[in-house]
Amino acid sequence: MRIVVSIKQVPETTEVRIDQAGNRVDTEGLTRIINPYDTYALEEAIRIKETSGATVAVITAGPQKADESLREALATGADEGFLLCDKAFEGSDPMAAAYILARGIEKCGPYDLVICGRQAMDGASGQVGPSLAEELGLPMISFVRKIEELKDGYIRVQRMTDEGYEVLEGPLPMVITVVKEINEPRLASLKGLMKAKRVTIPVWAAADLGVDSSRIGPAGSPTKVTKVSPPPPRGGGEMIQGTPDEQVKTLVAKLKAAKVL
Amino acid sequence: MYAKAEAKNIWVLAEQRNGKVANVALEAIGLSRKLASSSQEVWAILLGQGVGRLAESLIQAGADVVVVADDPRLQAFRDDPYVDILAHLVEKHKPAALIIGANSAGRSLAPRLATRLRTGLAADCVELVWDANDGLVATRPMYGGNVLATIVCPEARPQIATIRPKAAPRPAPDSSRKGRIETADLSGLQIRDRVKLLEVVETGGGQVKLEEADVIVSGGRGMGGPEKFAVTKALAEAFKGAMGASRAAVDAGWIPYAHQVGQTGKTVSPKVYIACGISGAIQHLAGMKSSEIIVAINKNPDAPIFKVATFGIVGDLFEIVPLLTEAVKKEAN
Repeated sequence: MRIVVSIKQVPETTEVRIDQAGNRVDTEGLTRIINPYDTYALEEAIRIKETSGATVAVITAGPQKADESLREALATGADEGFLLCDKAFEGSDPMAAAYILARGIEKCGPYDLVICGRQAMDGASGQVGPSLAEELGLPMISFVRKIEELKDGYIRVQRMTDEGYEVLEGPLPMVITVVKEINEPRLASLKGLMKAKRVTIPVWAAADLGVDSSRIGPAGSPTKVTKVSPPPPRGGGEMIQGTPDEQVKTLVAKLKAAKVL
Repeated sequence: MYAKAEAKNIWVLAEQRNGKVANVALEAIGLSRKLASSSQEVWAILLGQGVGRLAESLIQAGADVVVVADDPRLQAFRDDPYVDILAHLVEKHKPAALIIGANSAGRSLAPRLATRLRTGLAADCVELVWDANDGLVATRPMYGGNVLATIVCPEARPQIATIRPKAAPRPAPDSSRKGRIETADLSGLQIRDRVKLLEVVETGGGQVKLEEADVIVSGGRGMGGPEKFAVTKALAEAFKGAMGASRAAVDAGWIPYAHQVGQTGKTVSPKVYIACGISGAIQHLAGMKSSEIIVAINKNPDAPIFKVATFGIVGDLFEIVPLLTEAVKKEAN
């Protein structure tokens, strides 16, 4: 079994600076980490490797610096890393990014399962997993909270829903996106980090992937971000004083005044 | 793909589950009614098996046309048949926009559908407006709600957006509204059906869904243990609301992940969010700071939660919350 984990490198914080003149989010100088949601995807793949002897490949599209995240994934237990990097990829919307990743996954060899985090901490659109499945022509199950069974050509999982969960089965290869509940990710080992430094990570550009240039970058992205702004500030809060009885009484009066009680 | 000039009307996926239309779908129909110009119709697309009787309620909510796709494969939501049928209907009727609820079904199917149709998606939106030139203009949070991005899809049609529950008010049903009900012809259509549903487990036990609750009472590290959640549960029930939790409480194993509010949990915007024993880490705030009213109850006067709270009470939650529960019950009677 070969598993591909698609990861994204993101700023370690969501407290970012908004460059309103440039109409963009400024993340310069921020430390970059593996998208926390993707660490669940990586952990799940490594657990499958440990229990049934799979090979784990990790792929990302991003700047040269994203190489560090791939090495961290290798140090955590993945076997191969692939970096999709080209100036022409910059400014891709999630749809275009999924297209690029799909071509990268096809190029990196045969696979049985693709695992993604349910969304990225920065963009938070949650589009890449399902779009990737469509690009690859594969079935997909989103929001997986448990893999119940995985064997040749078959997977059965629990999918988190708004009401609880459902049990679904389907054929491999498949794409799944996972939620936090699925596991507790381990950290990269120091020994692993040393070893990962020496691994060769192929870097593929647009020409290597044979991507259609009309489907990548800003020109190939159906959506545009026209404005970024901070959320409206919350009105000044009010501290309610007094004894617990008085506090509750005041609060009830406030909630009644706001017509929520 | 079809030309922008050919595209017309605003569509809403009228998602139903077990024969009940999702609240977010009704909200989206009400919103579309407001967005639609006089020359545009609002279409509700109803997918399921034996769900035709719901069509009238969609017209009452604001739809001009309801398209009913009735098929055994649509009995419960699965990505393959939903996407195949929606793509077919879109290509046939060429809507200008398609609005889908940003719940576990919508967030799963919308990206796949958009990719199939080679069009744009604005995911998990908190606001949608209509612009004469750009059509649908979407606002969506990024970076844990610290950034609001305005998204347009200038050329490709339909413009697809998923909208969060409670981002728009639920329309009052208008029984005098008239509309047209059409049955989708699915004969000869290739519908893929690769994933099978084996079992549905509802763990909520009839509780109010977090995303749809008007009032959420959440407990954090300050709760101190799993049995203490009886205190917040009682208050949630008094409000007919839902029970939430911070990551700290979930990670401690005190309450299931399904209740987690915050960056790695659910994003909610109820009318009232009551945070009990929650310090207010940025990751938690990301999931609830768009709530209309935030009440914070915490022992520590320096807890960051008070910075976003509409009303703050410094005190012992085990003293305050039961008193509040009694008071709310009294008001409800």
